[in-house]
Amino acid sequence: MRETLREAWTIARKDLVLEFRTRTALLSAFVFTALVLTVFYFGRDPTAVATIDLAPSILWVTFTFAAMLALNRAFQLELEHGALDGLLVSPLSRPGLYLGKLVANLAFVALIEAVGLPLFVLFFDVPVWPVLLPLLGVMALATTGFVAVGTLFSAMVIRMRFAELMLPVLLLPFLFPPLLGAVQITARLFGGRPLSEAGGWLRLLAAYDILFVSLATLLFRHTVDE
Amino acid sequence: MTLLAKGRAITLLGLCGLVGVYVRALAFTPVERVQGLAQKIYYLHVPAAIWAETAMIFVGLAGAFYLFLKDERLDRFAASSAEVGTVFATIVLTTGPIWGKPIWGTWWTWDARLTSTLLLFFVYVGYLLLRAAVVDPFLRSRYAAVLGICGMFLVPFIHFSVYLFRTLHPGPIVLKPSAPSLPAPMLVTWAVSVAVFTVLYVGFVTQRYALAVRGAAPERGEAGPG
Repeated sequence: MRETLREAWTIARKDLVLEFRTRTALLSAFVFTALVLTVFYFGRDPTAVATIDLAPSILWVTFTFAAMLALNRAFQLELEHGALDGLLVSPLSRPGLYLGKLVANLAFVALIEAVGLPLFVLFFDVPVWPVLLPLLGVMALATTGFVAVGTLFSAMVIRMRFAELMLPVLLLPFLFPPLLGAVQITARLFGGRPLSEAGGWLRLLAAYDILFVSLATLLFRHTVDE
Repeated sequence: MTLLAKGRAITLLGLCGLVGVYVRALAFTPVERVQGLAQKIYYLHVPAAIWAETAMIFVGLAGAFYLFLKDERLDRFAASSAEVGTVFATIVLTTGPIWGKPIWGTWWTWDARLTSTLLLFFVYVGYLLLRAAVVDPFLRSRYAAVLGICGMFLVPFIHFSVYLFRTLHPGPIVLKPSAPSLPAPMLVTWAVSVAVFTVLYVGFVTQRYALAVRGAAPERGEAGPG
Protein backbone atom coordinates (compact mmCIF):
# COMPACT_ATOMS: atom_id res chain seq x y z
CA MET A 1 0.00 0.00 0.00
CA ARG A 2 2.73 2.43 1.07
CA GLU A 3 4.76 1.33 -1.94
CA THR A 4 1.84 1.98 -4.30
CA LEU A 5 1.34 5.46 -2.88
CA ARG A 6 5.03 6.21 -3.26
CA GLU A 7 4.89 5.12 -6.91
CA ALA A 8 1.77 7.19 -7.44
CA TRP A 9 3.54 10.23 -6.05
CA THR A 10 6.53 9.66 -8.35
CA ILE A 11 4.29 9.58 -11.42
CA ALA A 12 2.17 12.53 -10.31
CA ARG A 13 5.27 14.58 -9.60
CA LYS A 14 6.74 13.72 -12.99
CA ASP A 15 3.54 14.80 -14.78
CA LEU A 16 3.19 18.00 -12.80
CA VAL A 17 6.83 18.99 -13.25
CA LEU A 18 6.41 18.39 -16.98
CA GLU A 19 3.27 20.51 -16.94
CA PHE A 20 4.84 23.42 -15.06
CA ARG A 21 7.91 23.43 -17.27
CA THR A 22 5.93 23.82 -20.47
CA ARG A 23 2.77 25.46 -19.08
CA THR A 24 1.22 25.46 -22.56
CA ALA A 25 -1.57 23.03 -21.71
CA LEU A 26 -2.35 24.72 -18.44
CA LEU A 27 -2.47 28.22 -19.95
CA SER A 28 -4.61 27.02 -22.85
CA ALA A 29 -6.98 25.43 -20.36
CA PHE A 30 -7.27 28.69 -18.40
CA VAL A 31 -8.03 30.64 -21.56
CA PHE A 32 -10.52 27.96 -22.62
CA THR A 33 -12.32 28.23 -19.26
CA ALA A 34 -12.52 32.02 -19.51
CA LEU A 35 -13.83 31.75 -23.08
CA VAL A 36 -16.51 29.21 -22.19
CA LEU A 37 -17.70 31.40 -19.32
CA THR A 38 -17.84 34.41 -21.65
CA VAL A 39 -19.74 32.49 -24.29
CA PHE A 40 -22.21 31.31 -21.65
CA TYR A 41 -22.90 34.87 -20.55
CA PHE A 42 -24.00 35.82 -24.04
CA GLY A 43 -25.71 32.48 -24.66
CA ARG A 44 -28.82 33.58 -22.77
CA ASP A 45 -31.20 36.52 -22.63
CA PRO A 46 -30.19 38.44 -19.47
CA THR A 47 -33.56 40.18 -19.27
CA ALA A 48 -35.46 36.90 -19.31
CA VAL A 49 -33.32 34.46 -17.34
CA ALA A 50 -31.84 35.36 -13.96
CA THR A 51 -28.14 34.56 -13.77
CA ILE A 52 -28.52 32.77 -10.48
CA ASP A 53 -30.87 30.20 -12.07
CA LEU A 54 -28.33 29.29 -14.70
CA ALA A 55 -25.22 29.71 -12.58
CA PRO A 56 -24.88 26.11 -11.30
CA SER A 57 -25.18 24.65 -14.81
CA ILE A 58 -22.75 27.19 -16.28
CA LEU A 59 -20.21 26.44 -13.56
CA TRP A 60 -20.39 22.69 -14.01
CA VAL A 61 -20.59 22.53 -17.78
CA THR A 62 -17.50 24.75 -17.92
CA PHE A 63 -15.63 22.56 -15.45
CA THR A 64 -16.59 19.37 -17.28
CA PHE A 65 -15.46 20.68 -20.64
CA ALA A 66 -12.20 21.92 -19.18
CA ALA A 67 -11.64 18.58 -17.44
CA MET A 68 -12.22 16.80 -20.75
CA LEU A 69 -9.37 18.81 -22.26
CA ALA A 70 -7.10 17.91 -19.37
CA LEU A 71 -7.96 14.24 -19.63
CA ASN A 72 -7.38 14.09 -23.36
CA ARG A 73 -3.76 15.04 -22.91
CA ALA A 74 -3.08 12.83 -19.85
CA PHE A 75 -1.90 9.84 -21.87
CA GLN A 76 -1.41 11.56 -25.20
CA LEU A 77 1.66 13.00 -23.52
CA GLU A 78 3.07 9.52 -22.97
CA LEU A 79 2.74 8.53 -26.61
CA GLU A 80 5.56 10.85 -27.67
CA HIS A 81 8.92 9.11 -27.96
CA GLY A 82 7.35 5.88 -26.66
CA ALA A 83 7.27 7.22 -23.10
CA LEU A 84 4.36 4.94 -22.23
CA ASP A 85 6.39 1.83 -23.10
CA GLY A 86 9.11 3.16 -20.84
CA LEU A 87 6.64 3.50 -18.00
CA LEU A 88 5.25 0.05 -18.61
CA VAL A 89 8.60 -1.75 -18.60
CA SER A 90 9.64 0.09 -15.44
CA PRO A 91 8.93 -1.82 -12.20
CA LEU A 92 5.94 0.44 -11.42
CA SER A 93 2.83 -1.36 -10.26
CA ARG A 94 -0.26 -0.66 -12.37
CA PRO A 95 -2.36 0.67 -9.47
CA GLY A 96 0.53 3.00 -8.64
CA LEU A 97 0.67 4.24 -12.23
CA TYR A 98 -3.08 4.80 -12.33
CA LEU A 99 -3.23 6.60 -9.00
CA GLY A 100 -0.30 8.79 -10.05
CA LYS A 101 -2.05 9.77 -13.27
CA LEU A 102 -5.25 10.35 -11.30
CA VAL A 103 -3.50 12.67 -8.83
CA ALA A 104 -1.81 14.59 -11.64
CA ASN A 105 -5.11 14.99 -13.52
CA LEU A 106 -6.89 16.03 -10.33
CA ALA A 107 -4.23 18.65 -9.66
CA PHE A 108 -4.54 19.91 -13.23
CA VAL A 109 -8.33 20.14 -13.09
CA ALA A 110 -8.17 21.68 -9.58
CA LEU A 111 -5.94 24.44 -10.96
CA ILE A 112 -8.40 25.09 -13.77
CA GLU A 113 -11.21 25.23 -11.23
CA ALA A 114 -9.17 27.52 -8.97
CA VAL A 115 -8.96 30.00 -11.86
CA GLY A 116 -12.47 29.29 -13.16
CA LEU A 117 -14.32 29.85 -9.90
CA PRO A 118 -13.14 33.47 -9.27
CA LEU A 119 -13.81 34.30 -12.93
CA PHE A 120 -17.25 32.77 -12.60
CA VAL A 121 -17.95 34.87 -9.47
CA LEU A 122 -16.67 37.98 -11.25
CA PHE A 123 -18.65 37.45 -14.46
CA PHE A 124 -21.91 36.27 -12.96
CA ASP A 125 -21.93 38.05 -9.60
CA VAL A 126 -22.93 34.96 -7.64
CA PRO A 127 -22.91 35.22 -3.82
CA VAL A 128 -20.26 32.57 -3.37
CA TRP A 129 -18.59 33.70 -0.12
CA PRO A 130 -21.18 32.44 2.37
CA VAL A 131 -21.12 28.97 0.78
CA LEU A 132 -17.48 28.78 -0.23
CA LEU A 133 -16.46 25.88 2.01
CA PRO A 134 -19.35 23.54 1.15
CA LEU A 135 -18.97 24.51 -2.52
CA LEU A 136 -15.30 23.57 -2.47
CA GLY A 137 -16.26 20.27 -0.86
CA VAL A 138 -18.79 19.52 -3.60
CA MET A 139 -16.25 20.49 -6.26
CA ALA A 140 -13.74 18.07 -4.74
CA LEU A 141 -16.28 15.23 -4.58
CA ALA A 142 -17.66 15.66 -8.08
CA THR A 143 -14.30 16.29 -9.72
CA THR A 144 -12.76 13.20 -8.14
CA GLY A 145 -15.61 11.11 -9.55
CA PHE A 146 -15.37 12.16 -13.14
CA VAL A 147 -11.61 12.47 -13.29
CA ALA A 148 -11.33 8.89 -11.91
CA VAL A 149 -13.39 7.47 -14.79
CA GLY A 150 -11.84 9.89 -17.26
CA THR A 151 -8.29 8.86 -16.40
CA LEU A 152 -9.17 5.22 -16.98
CA PHE A 153 -10.84 5.95 -20.33
CA SER A 154 -8.10 8.30 -21.50
CA ALA A 155 -5.64 5.41 -21.20
CA MET A 156 -7.84 3.44 -23.62
CA VAL A 157 -8.69 6.07 -26.20
CA ILE A 158 -5.07 6.83 -27.09
CA ARG A 159 -4.94 3.54 -28.99
CA MET A 160 -8.21 4.17 -30.78
CA ARG A 161 -9.03 5.94 -33.97
CA PHE A 162 -10.44 9.45 -33.40
CA ALA A 163 -9.13 9.55 -29.82
CA GLU A 164 -10.16 13.17 -29.17
CA LEU A 165 -13.70 12.37 -30.24
CA MET A 166 -13.95 8.99 -28.52
CA LEU A 167 -13.15 10.29 -25.03
CA PRO A 168 -16.18 12.61 -24.74
CA VAL A 169 -18.44 10.04 -26.42
CA LEU A 170 -17.44 7.34 -23.92
CA LEU A 171 -17.09 9.61 -20.91
CA LEU A 172 -20.11 11.92 -21.02
CA PRO A 173 -22.68 9.28 -19.96
CA PHE A 174 -20.43 8.52 -16.99
CA LEU A 175 -20.21 12.20 -16.09
CA PHE A 176 -23.96 12.38 -15.80
CA PRO A 177 -24.42 11.22 -12.15
CA PRO A 178 -21.62 13.38 -10.67
CA LEU A 179 -22.57 16.34 -12.88
CA LEU A 180 -26.26 16.10 -12.00
CA GLY A 181 -25.42 15.75 -8.30
CA ALA A 182 -23.00 18.67 -8.37
CA VAL A 183 -25.49 20.93 -10.17
CA GLN A 184 -28.28 20.01 -7.75
CA ILE A 185 -26.17 20.65 -4.66
CA THR A 186 -24.68 23.86 -6.08
CA ALA A 187 -28.16 25.15 -6.92
CA ARG A 188 -29.27 24.54 -3.33
CA LEU A 189 -26.16 26.25 -1.96
CA PHE A 190 -26.61 29.34 -4.16
CA GLY A 191 -30.29 29.36 -3.23
CA GLY A 192 -29.35 29.64 0.43
CA ARG A 193 -30.69 26.21 1.34
CA PRO A 194 -28.95 24.12 4.02
CA LEU A 195 -26.54 21.46 2.81
CA SER A 196 -28.49 18.81 4.72
CA GLU A 197 -31.26 19.21 2.12
CA ALA A 198 -28.92 17.69 -0.46
CA GLY A 199 -27.98 14.68 1.69
CA GLY A 200 -29.09 12.17 -0.94
CA TRP A 201 -27.00 13.82 -3.67
CA LEU A 202 -23.97 14.00 -1.39
CA ARG A 203 -24.25 10.29 -0.66
CA LEU A 204 -24.59 9.63 -4.38
CA LEU A 205 -21.41 11.61 -5.11
CA ALA A 206 -19.49 9.89 -2.32
CA ALA A 207 -20.63 6.42 -3.41
CA TYR A 208 -19.73 7.22 -7.01
CA ASP A 209 -16.22 8.33 -6.00
CA ILE A 210 -15.53 5.29 -3.83
CA LEU A 211 -16.84 2.83 -6.39
CA PHE A 212 -15.24 4.29 -9.51
CA VAL A 213 -11.86 5.09 -7.98
CA SER A 214 -11.54 1.49 -6.75
CA LEU A 215 -12.97 0.02 -9.95
CA ALA A 216 -10.66 2.07 -12.16
CA THR A 217 -7.63 1.17 -10.00
CA LEU A 218 -8.46 -2.50 -10.47
CA LEU A 219 -9.27 -2.29 -14.17
CA PHE A 220 -6.44 0.00 -15.23
CA ARG A 221 -4.02 -2.92 -15.68
CA HIS A 222 -6.17 -4.24 -18.52
CA THR A 223 -6.03 -0.99 -20.45
CA VAL A 224 -2.24 -0.64 -20.67
CA ASP A 225 -0.69 -4.12 -20.55
CA GLU A 226 0.07 -5.93 -23.76
CA MET B 1 -28.80 -27.42 -36.98
CA THR B 2 -26.30 -24.55 -36.94
CA LEU B 3 -26.23 -21.97 -34.18
CA LEU B 4 -27.54 -19.35 -36.58
CA ALA B 5 -30.51 -21.50 -37.53
CA LYS B 6 -31.21 -22.16 -33.85
CA GLY B 7 -31.11 -18.43 -33.19
CA ARG B 8 -33.52 -17.82 -36.05
CA ALA B 9 -35.89 -20.48 -34.74
CA ILE B 10 -35.88 -19.02 -31.23
CA THR B 11 -36.43 -15.51 -32.60
CA LEU B 12 -39.33 -16.75 -34.71
CA LEU B 13 -40.83 -18.35 -31.60
CA GLY B 14 -40.39 -15.05 -29.76
CA LEU B 15 -42.01 -13.05 -32.57
CA CYS B 16 -45.00 -15.43 -32.60
CA GLY B 17 -45.17 -14.97 -28.85
CA LEU B 18 -45.16 -11.19 -29.35
CA VAL B 19 -48.15 -11.49 -31.65
CA GLY B 20 -49.80 -13.62 -28.96
CA VAL B 21 -49.05 -11.00 -26.30
CA TYR B 22 -50.66 -8.31 -28.43
CA VAL B 23 -53.72 -10.37 -29.19
CA ARG B 24 -54.07 -11.00 -25.47
CA ALA B 25 -53.33 -7.39 -24.52
CA LEU B 26 -55.81 -5.91 -26.99
CA ALA B 27 -58.62 -8.44 -26.85
CA PHE B 28 -58.43 -10.24 -23.54
CA THR B 29 -57.02 -7.72 -21.07
CA PRO B 30 -59.25 -4.99 -19.59
CA VAL B 31 -58.71 -1.41 -20.74
CA GLU B 32 -57.16 0.78 -18.07
CA ARG B 33 -59.73 3.25 -16.73
CA VAL B 34 -57.73 6.49 -16.83
CA GLN B 35 -55.21 6.00 -19.59
CA GLY B 36 -57.43 4.05 -21.96
CA LEU B 37 -55.84 2.23 -24.88
CA ALA B 38 -52.54 4.07 -24.51
CA GLN B 39 -51.76 1.90 -21.51
CA LYS B 40 -51.48 -1.14 -23.85
CA ILE B 41 -47.99 0.02 -24.76
CA TYR B 42 -46.98 -0.85 -21.21
CA TYR B 43 -46.81 -4.54 -22.20
CA LEU B 44 -44.16 -3.70 -24.77
CA HIS B 45 -42.41 -0.84 -23.01
CA VAL B 46 -41.67 -2.35 -19.60
CA PRO B 47 -40.40 -5.80 -20.72
CA ALA B 48 -38.14 -4.08 -23.27
CA ALA B 49 -36.88 -1.77 -20.52
CA ILE B 50 -36.19 -4.71 -18.21
CA TRP B 51 -34.15 -6.44 -20.90
CA ALA B 52 -32.37 -3.28 -21.99
CA GLU B 53 -31.01 -2.96 -18.46
CA THR B 54 -30.43 -6.67 -17.89
CA ALA B 55 -28.48 -6.92 -21.14
CA MET B 56 -26.10 -4.24 -19.81
CA ILE B 57 -25.55 -6.33 -16.66
CA PHE B 58 -24.74 -9.35 -18.84
CA VAL B 59 -22.32 -7.23 -20.88
CA GLY B 60 -20.57 -6.22 -17.66
CA LEU B 61 -20.50 -9.74 -16.18
CA ALA B 62 -19.23 -11.25 -19.43
CA GLY B 63 -16.57 -8.53 -19.52
CA ALA B 64 -15.47 -9.27 -15.94
CA PHE B 65 -15.17 -12.98 -16.66
CA TYR B 66 -13.41 -12.26 -19.94
CA LEU B 67 -10.67 -10.33 -18.16
CA PHE B 68 -9.97 -13.39 -16.00
CA LEU B 69 -10.51 -16.23 -18.44
CA LYS B 70 -9.60 -14.52 -21.75
CA ASP B 71 -12.17 -16.68 -23.47
CA GLU B 72 -13.24 -15.24 -26.83
CA ARG B 73 -16.72 -16.69 -26.43
CA LEU B 74 -17.38 -14.39 -23.48
CA ASP B 75 -16.32 -11.38 -25.52
CA ARG B 76 -18.53 -12.44 -28.40
CA PHE B 77 -21.45 -12.88 -26.03
CA ALA B 78 -20.83 -9.42 -24.52
CA ALA B 79 -20.78 -7.83 -27.98
CA SER B 80 -23.99 -9.64 -28.96
CA SER B 81 -25.73 -8.72 -25.72
CA ALA B 82 -24.73 -5.07 -26.18
CA GLU B 83 -26.17 -4.94 -29.68
CA VAL B 84 -29.43 -6.53 -28.59
CA GLY B 85 -29.52 -4.22 -25.56
CA THR B 86 -29.19 -1.26 -27.92
CA VAL B 87 -32.19 -2.52 -29.88
CA PHE B 88 -34.26 -2.93 -26.71
CA ALA B 89 -33.25 0.51 -25.44
CA THR B 90 -34.36 1.88 -28.81
CA ILE B 91 -37.72 0.15 -28.39
CA VAL B 92 -38.09 1.75 -24.95
CA LEU B 93 -37.17 5.17 -26.32
CA THR B 94 -39.65 4.92 -29.19
CA THR B 95 -42.60 3.39 -27.34
CA GLY B 96 -42.17 5.86 -24.47
CA PRO B 97 -42.93 9.01 -26.51
CA ILE B 98 -45.83 7.25 -28.27
CA TRP B 99 -47.35 6.72 -24.83
CA GLY B 100 -46.19 10.10 -23.54
CA LYS B 101 -47.96 12.15 -26.23
CA PRO B 102 -51.56 11.24 -25.20
CA ILE B 103 -50.84 10.85 -21.46
CA TRP B 104 -48.33 13.60 -20.69
CA GLY B 105 -49.24 15.78 -23.66
CA THR B 106 -45.69 15.85 -24.95
CA TRP B 107 -43.49 13.50 -26.95
CA TRP B 108 -40.43 14.11 -24.88
CA THR B 109 -39.80 15.49 -21.44
CA TRP B 110 -36.55 15.54 -19.53
CA ASP B 111 -37.97 13.25 -16.96
CA ALA B 112 -35.35 11.35 -14.96
CA ARG B 113 -36.53 7.99 -16.17
CA LEU B 114 -36.43 8.98 -19.82
CA THR B 115 -33.08 10.56 -19.31
CA SER B 116 -31.68 7.46 -17.66
CA THR B 117 -32.84 5.25 -20.54
CA LEU B 118 -31.33 7.71 -22.98
CA LEU B 119 -28.04 7.56 -21.08
CA LEU B 120 -28.15 3.77 -21.05
CA PHE B 121 -28.62 3.98 -24.81
CA PHE B 122 -25.60 6.30 -25.04
CA VAL B 123 -23.50 3.86 -22.99
CA TYR B 124 -24.47 1.11 -25.44
CA VAL B 125 -23.69 3.27 -28.44
CA GLY B 126 -20.34 4.22 -26.89
CA TYR B 127 -19.62 0.53 -26.34
CA LEU B 128 -20.39 -0.30 -29.97
CA LEU B 129 -18.36 2.69 -31.21
CA LEU B 130 -15.43 1.59 -29.06
CA ARG B 131 -15.57 -1.86 -30.62
CA ALA B 132 -15.47 -0.24 -34.05
CA ALA B 133 -12.63 2.13 -33.15
CA VAL B 134 -10.09 -0.47 -31.98
CA VAL B 135 -8.37 -2.43 -34.72
CA ASP B 136 -6.51 -5.10 -32.75
CA PRO B 137 -9.05 -7.83 -31.79
CA PHE B 138 -7.42 -8.64 -28.42
CA LEU B 139 -7.15 -5.01 -27.43
CA ARG B 140 -10.74 -4.51 -28.56
CA SER B 141 -11.98 -7.34 -26.33
CA ARG B 142 -10.15 -5.98 -23.30
CA TYR B 143 -11.23 -2.39 -23.79
CA ALA B 144 -14.80 -3.47 -24.41
CA ALA B 145 -14.70 -5.54 -21.21
CA VAL B 146 -13.44 -2.56 -19.18
CA LEU B 147 -16.13 -0.28 -20.59
CA GLY B 148 -18.79 -2.98 -20.11
CA ILE B 149 -17.88 -3.41 -16.43
CA CYS B 150 -17.96 0.35 -15.86
CA GLY B 151 -21.29 0.52 -17.70
CA MET B 152 -22.75 -2.20 -15.51
CA PHE B 153 -21.84 -0.22 -12.39
CA LEU B 154 -23.15 2.99 -13.89
CA VAL B 155 -26.66 1.58 -14.37
CA PRO B 156 -27.56 1.59 -10.64
CA PHE B 157 -26.25 5.15 -10.30
CA ILE B 158 -28.39 6.28 -13.19
CA HIS B 159 -31.32 4.31 -11.77
CA PHE B 160 -30.85 5.88 -8.34
CA SER B 161 -31.14 9.32 -9.90
CA VAL B 162 -34.79 8.43 -10.65
CA TYR B 163 -35.63 8.64 -6.99
CA LEU B 164 -33.61 11.79 -6.32
CA PHE B 165 -34.70 13.83 -9.30
CA ARG B 166 -38.33 14.86 -9.49
CA THR B 167 -40.10 12.61 -11.90
CA LEU B 168 -43.31 12.59 -13.90
CA HIS B 169 -42.86 8.97 -14.80
CA PRO B 170 -45.26 6.45 -13.24
CA GLY B 171 -43.64 4.67 -10.30
CA PRO B 172 -42.87 0.96 -10.49
CA ILE B 173 -46.11 -1.04 -10.56
CA VAL B 174 -44.79 -4.59 -10.43
CA LEU B 175 -41.09 -4.59 -9.56
CA LYS B 176 -41.27 -2.87 -6.18
CA PRO B 177 -40.82 -4.07 -2.60
CA SER B 178 -44.58 -4.36 -1.87
CA ALA B 179 -47.05 -6.58 -3.74
CA PRO B 180 -47.73 -5.69 -7.41
CA SER B 181 -50.62 -3.23 -7.72
CA LEU B 182 -51.70 -4.43 -11.14
CA PRO B 183 -55.02 -6.27 -11.58
CA ALA B 184 -54.57 -10.01 -12.20
CA PRO B 185 -55.40 -10.10 -15.97
CA MET B 186 -53.00 -7.25 -16.67
CA LEU B 187 -50.35 -8.85 -14.52
CA VAL B 188 -50.65 -12.10 -16.47
CA THR B 189 -50.35 -10.28 -19.81
CA TRP B 190 -47.35 -8.42 -18.48
CA ALA B 191 -45.68 -11.60 -17.19
CA VAL B 192 -46.26 -13.36 -20.52
CA SER B 193 -44.75 -10.40 -22.31
CA VAL B 194 -41.66 -10.46 -20.09
CA ALA B 195 -41.29 -14.17 -20.92
CA VAL B 196 -41.68 -13.43 -24.64
CA PHE B 197 -39.05 -10.70 -24.48
CA THR B 198 -36.74 -13.13 -22.72
CA VAL B 199 -37.17 -15.54 -25.64
CA LEU B 200 -36.55 -12.68 -28.07
CA TYR B 201 -33.41 -11.67 -26.21
CA VAL B 202 -32.08 -15.24 -26.32
CA GLY B 203 -32.99 -15.54 -30.02
CA PHE B 204 -31.36 -12.27 -31.04
CA VAL B 205 -28.23 -12.89 -29.00
CA THR B 206 -27.85 -16.42 -30.39
CA GLN B 207 -28.10 -15.14 -33.96
CA ARG B 208 -25.70 -12.29 -33.32
CA TYR B 209 -23.29 -14.66 -31.59
CA ALA B 210 -23.35 -17.02 -34.54
CA LEU B 211 -22.60 -14.13 -36.87
CA ALA B 212 -19.74 -13.01 -34.62
CA VAL B 213 -18.21 -16.51 -34.82
CA ARG B 214 -18.42 -16.29 -38.60
CA GLY B 215 -16.94 -12.78 -38.62
CA ALA B 216 -14.09 -13.71 -36.29
CA ALA B 217 -12.89 -16.61 -38.46
CA PRO B 218 -11.25 -14.53 -41.24
CA GLU B 219 -9.67 -12.26 -38.60
CA ARG B 220 -7.76 -15.27 -37.25
CA GLY B 221 -7.19 -16.70 -40.69
CA GLU B 222 -9.33 -19.80 -40.18
CA ALA B 223 -12.35 -21.20 -41.95
CA GLY B 224 -15.54 -20.49 -40.02
CA PRO B 225 -17.66 -23.36 -38.74
CA GLY B 226 -20.60 -22.03 -40.77
